[in-house]
Amino acid sequence: MFNFVTFFPRAVVQSVPLLLGCTGETISEKSGNLNLGIPGVMYVGAISGVIGAFLYEQKSGANFNNFLAVLIPTLACLLGSLLMGLLYCFLTVSLRANQNVTGLAMTTFGVGFGNFFGGSLIKLTGSDVPSIALSSTSLAFTKTLPFASKAGVIGKLFLSYGFLTYVAIAIAIIASYVLKRTRTGLELRAVGENPATADAAGINTTKYKYFSVCIGCMVAGLGGLYYVMDYANGVWSNDAFGDRGWLAIALVIFTIWRPNLAIFASMLFGGLYILYLYIPTGTDLAVKELYKMLPYVVTILVLIAISLRDKKENQPPASLGLPYFREER
Amino acid sequence: MNSKKKEPLIHITKRKALTWKQEWLVRLAGILIALILCAVITTFTTHLNPFGVYAAMFKGSFGSPRKIWVLGKELAILLMVSVALAPAFRMKFWNLGAEGQVTVGTLATAACMILLGDKIPNGVLILIMLIAAIVAGALWAFIPALFKAKWNTNETLFTLMMNYVATQLTAYYIIKWESPKGSGNVGIINAHTEAGWLPTLAGQKYFLITIVAAIVTVVMFIYLKYSKHGYELTVVGESQQTARYVGIKVDRVIIRTLLLSGAICGLTGWLLVAGSDHTITTSLAGGRGFLGVMVAWLAHFNPIAMVLSGLLLVFMSRGAGEISTTYGLNPSYGDILTGIILFFVIASEFFINYQLHFRSSKGKEE
Repeated sequence: MFNFVTFFPRAVVQSVPLLLGCTGETISEKSGNLNLGIPGVMYVGAISGVIGAFLYEQKSGANFNNFLAVLIPTLACLLGSLLMGLLYCFLTVSLRANQNVTGLAMTTFGVGFGNFFGGSLIKLTGSDVPSIALSSTSLAFTKTLPFASKAGVIGKLFLSYGFLTYVAIAIAIIASYVLKRTRTGLELRAVGENPATADAAGINTTKYKYFSVCIGCMVAGLGGLYYVMDYANGVWSNDAFGDRGWLAIALVIFTIWRPNLAIFASMLFGGLYILYLYIPTGTDLAVKELYKMLPYVVTILVLIAISLRDKKENQPPASLGLPYFREER
Repeated sequence: MNSKKKEPLIHITKRKALTWKQEWLVRLAGILIALILCAVITTFTTHLNPFGVYAAMFKGSFGSPRKIWVLGKELAILLMVSVALAPAFRMKFWNLGAEGQVTVGTLATAACMILLGDKIPNGVLILIMLIAAIVAGALWAFIPALFKAKWNTNETLFTLMMNYVATQLTAYYIIKWESPKGSGNVGIINAHTEAGWLPTLAGQKYFLITIVAAIVTVVMFIYLKYSKHGYELTVVGESQQTARYVGIKVDRVIIRTLLLSGAICGLTGWLLVAGSDHTITTSLAGGRGFLGVMVAWLAHFNPIAMVLSGLLLVFMSRGAGEISTTYGLNPSYGDILTGIILFFVIASEFFINYQLHFRSSKGKEE
């Protein structure tokens, strides 16, 4: 009944947006910025990529180049997410606004931005296509290694994904290494734990916060790009991305702020997300809805467990969510 | 490390408290700039002149008595959620779970309407619905509050997750109750008997909702400002150490406040199902749990001021809705405008609390 070889790739495909979102949010949270704007950033990243790809497909016509078709949307996506990150930093770091409020405003704005341009892009550019279906761009994104389809079960399990999947895993490993093993990572964590002490030690807290949030946003934005270009085959439909952004934030807790754990945890979450498709429930469709609750319930349990055990290294960064103003004590 | 000899270009200091007139001037300036920017963007997308934009938005919100009532209802519901959040936020308990608390309120109300409809007198039914909704909302807030009070579990993330548990629970029951079977939605509950529907007062369907919201707002204002509870939760919000020192039982205050917060959210759910929509969907709360956070924060958790900040946001969303239908734009247009306004108001808070000194104007250096 249960076929792992078909289940696993689907779980992985689900996991990539979560992994990228989670890695981005972790980088940001490690500097003490609880960025609740991540769901919005992922929408903006996705739609920026779509706009880039849409314009390129319209302009290029016959001389369509696979390399450019990947490069342009990716750059557009990174730029869009970067701008959102800068906005968040400007408000919370430079203007010391409340992070929760700023984040929620960014999510409202970002989701609206994505849905607005997704729904109106065709009208605004005055082109004559019926819907946004970037199939040739999507094909460029989902290209696998030439021998992948011949490699049997191994190929199906590990090689059947578009390049962004591997990029996501690489980013998570690099992020984990930088945070844990390098001086930059140490200083970044110091900023997140206690900015006043970090400041006294001569660390430029503002710079660290700006960089970590902006890099975090760009990573998370890629998650949105992956979703549209790879998972959804280049078809944008409003609200299809759903609550994956929030799930990514949940994943950060679940992985106790460790991107390397997130690689497996995101696959687990991806699996939980689609598990209801595989559990035989007979005619009772309603139970499937309860199964969809699983990732959130598991996250709550983890959150409770880490607060009960009260182990220092598993806690959220101590100054998470708090603005820092040097002259305040 | 930093061996720059030069004084920084901009030097920021904390301001002495402004008078509330000055505060509101700064905020109004922020909103004004945001509105101008919104008008420019709208002109760009619709080719309408900026004044036409606001005329259309005004028409969308206040154009007819019906539109005014809808605006009033939207404001009332949003206000209820914001008011519910106020005590929790004053205590610096970041309750991002209002969405879920409202949702379980709607679920409990709908459950009573479906299961008990026509079996008991209407008055009793409405009362049972009310109690069920309040208990459900309070319970949904109680769980994270308990863990926060006892083990200091991060409440922002906990309440956020509770939202989705509530949504999925509702989705489960919607399929259980769907009518007609296979349609995936519940439809209007008790459409023929109107059992459990709130009565129409003064000839207006939304009159009761508006009144309830007004009463809750005023009571909450008094509760926060003049009651012992309100004082205690403010102290807990300022400093838990101080609160413990003066003999306030912090964990009890946290749990009590959240029960109240959740109960009002549940009440809001009751109003939504019994008073306005008469059906249940997973998105009945419609993001108000998050919008309410911003309404409450913009008003500095003062329930009376929330009427103004709530009105601003409801006006923008209704007005933008009008523009998007008239000009065939996507309805999400309103979210973009709301976002822009929020960014500006958030930024204007900075200029209320802090002062900028430029290099020439000689900031004090120690």
